[in-house]
Amino acid sequence: MSKLNLTRRGVLKSGAVAGAGVALPTIFTAQSVAAHTNEPTGSTVTLGFNVPQTGPYADEGADELRAYELAVEHLNGGGDGGMMNTFSSKALQGNGILGKKVEYVTGDTQTKSDAARASAKSMIEKDGAVMITGGSSSGVAVAVQALCQEAGVIFMAGLTHSNDTTGKDRRANGFRHFFNSYMSGAALAPVLEKMYGSDRKAYHLTADYNWGYTTEEAVKSSTEAMGWETVNTVKTPLTQTDFSSYIAPVLQSGADVLVLNHYGGNMVNSLTNAVQFGLREKQVNGKNFEIVVPLYSRLMAKGAGANVKGIFGSTNWHWSLQDEGSKAFVKSFGTKYGFPPSQAAHTTYVQTLLYADAVERAGSFAPCAVAAALEDYEFDGLGNGKTLYRGDDHQCFKDVLVVKGKENPTSEFDLLEIVEVTPAAQVTYAPDHPQFSGGALGTCNNGA
Amino acid sequence: MEAIILQILNGLDKGSAYALIALGLTLIFGTLGVVNFAHGALFMIGAFCAVTLSRILTWSHTVIDETRTDFLGNPLKVEVPYVHDIFGVATGDAIIDWAVPLAILFSIPVMLFVGWAMERGLIKHFYKRPHADQILVTFGLAIVMQEIIKYYYGANPIPTPAPSAFTGSFDFGAMLGMAENQIIYPYWRLVYFAFATVIIGAVFAFLQFTTFGMVVRAGMADRETVGLLGINIDKRFTIMFGLAAAVAGLAGVMYAPINSPNYHMGMDFLVLSFVVVVVGGMGSLPGAVLAGFLLGILESFASMSIVIDLIPGINQIIIYLVAIIILLTRPRGLMGRKGVMED
Repeated sequence: MSKLNLTRRGVLKSGAVAGAGVALPTIFTAQSVAAHTNEPTGSTVTLGFNVPQTGPYADEGADELRAYELAVEHLNGGGDGGMMNTFSSKALQGNGILGKKVEYVTGDTQTKSDAARASAKSMIEKDGAVMITGGSSSGVAVAVQALCQEAGVIFMAGLTHSNDTTGKDRRANGFRHFFNSYMSGAALAPVLEKMYGSDRKAYHLTADYNWGYTTEEAVKSSTEAMGWETVNTVKTPLTQTDFSSYIAPVLQSGADVLVLNHYGGNMVNSLTNAVQFGLREKQVNGKNFEIVVPLYSRLMAKGAGANVKGIFGSTNWHWSLQDEGSKAFVKSFGTKYGFPPSQAAHTTYVQTLLYADAVERAGSFAPCAVAAALEDYEFDGLGNGKTLYRGDDHQCFKDVLVVKGKENPTSEFDLLEIVEVTPAAQVTYAPDHPQFSGGALGTCNNGA
Repeated sequence: MEAIILQILNGLDKGSAYALIALGLTLIFGTLGVVNFAHGALFMIGAFCAVTLSRILTWSHTVIDETRTDFLGNPLKVEVPYVHDIFGVATGDAIIDWAVPLAILFSIPVMLFVGWAMERGLIKHFYKRPHADQILVTFGLAIVMQEIIKYYYGANPIPTPAPSAFTGSFDFGAMLGMAENQIIYPYWRLVYFAFATVIIGAVFAFLQFTTFGMVVRAGMADRETVGLLGINIDKRFTIMFGLAAAVAGLAGVMYAPINSPNYHMGMDFLVLSFVVVVVGGMGSLPGAVLAGFLLGILESFASMSIVIDLIPGINQIIIYLVAIIILLTRPRGLMGRKGVMED
């Protein structure tokens, strides 16, 4: 008869050995199980769409979300395929991404940096999102881009126009398709010179935050380079709703052009106030007084109503473009939703396709592989002509549209008309341009 | 000199809006003792009365225009307002053009009803509760109201222009013999200031010269004694709540052309209006009006570039700075009475 000797020390020793034995395979295989953050292991891949669903930009966020849903439908082989048919790359087959069905989760940025970071974090940590995209503000884009860099996922920026997103705040894991303040200035200046001459005095009202500063700097330097004089630049609080006290002194300054470096509700109110003051009917220095809005969006134009008529600005894309890519996208979007897409919808749709295409070409969801596939990648057929995703700063370089408020709109979506398509070469700058200095991409992060 | 006159003018319309909202706020506080954080939402609902009437007047049927195409290449669907069919194009357009002034008539019954429903449905249950409870419930109510508006009208501002007869601006400088364009002021803002003056005057006259007003004033001074005289003061106070809502609503209707209405506009005014009430003196109607105009004008002065260059950021804090100074020197506000909110 055998006797079982159980001692406390023996049990502890056996437990330690057994524990190490169980743990050993996990330790050695951890790298292969998850080579990067949220590596998709099943038959699906999850993308995180982080858009403003509440707050003042909720309507713009809703349009972004519509575009994302359309992109997912097309990637999974549904609908008419949209711009996948016109995209110069033929890597996307309509069978998801790398054969995995595309699923998505959404977050609400509320157009607040902390809320946007929290929703992106939640989508990465709880929902397993392998890529985050979206947003309607540069503050949000910069904050979420930094988070994605730390977390080891790719960030495909939505609507963000500040130079800093791909300037001093650029990150290796972040990519921007949307244009920027510098490009707006570079595209607008020649048109303004042609329309209003080179002897003008400009007065800038600038939203008192990051985007406002970079836009003021870009427009100011571009217009001064062609001979305009900047009479005054005044910062206006972001929370300002009535701009009358800022607009009233404009005529006293001797300025004959007012530049409104405002976006969203700020722009709607400042432009409405400026038109109320009758500035556009005034004659100053023997010239008609003019107003310029560097960055236009359809939702802003809609909010300002008839006040936008004849006012120049710039935009990333417009549904009236007649290239094959734009036509395909407008047809898909318009058929599904009943109205034409906004520039926010366009850039987010394109970013989703570009990400999916980069994964297909890289053969991997690993952020560093995807980033390598996107860097210095040239493509066409996505609505802006030939485009380069520059490796130095992860900024897209493409044609920029100069638009003006339409005199006789046929619908609430037909508010802007294209005045000029500024070629990409005219808005391209050196990676170390002073307006973009002070930042570095760093190294890409796979996380995990 | 021109710059100073200009900023005084600018402060007048801003001050008008503050004064109208603060007047209603302090009226409710003075009569019912309720700190109503939903008062800004009433201003917003007033502005949306103008939007709603504008939409009613532009209610349209679709006509297919075969000669033009839409963005998908289909024949263009043109919206034709029913007022064109009923009154003809010229008269129909004139009616649509005057939507905002017409909305004054539309908004009065709507706002009286909203005020009555708010007071009877929710706020009356909080009369005996601490001010903190009242603030929480009315603030919650304000959020609910603005979310309802956002659900139906979206988050984007909705342009609601003034009648075309009031577009452009009046050149005060030229009138005073100065150079052109030195002191200009939009016609609609002048209308707003005149309108606010009339409304404020009407409210004061109503309280001062009618029996109803006399009873309300007596109730504000000593509620219990008025009740002991057999007067149903609660019923009168409920009516005053409706009146305060109507004043806020009218302020909102006429403000719609100044800034395109959006669901959040009430919150933008709420905090400033509370500062106005506190600076004017809790429960003091003349104090609210005085402080409204004072702070409106000071805010305009603080946004002059010369002032901002001298003291950066002053435009963002001026109102609060002045509020602190006034409350330190006059703790009951400019015209506050002893005993109000001091028990």
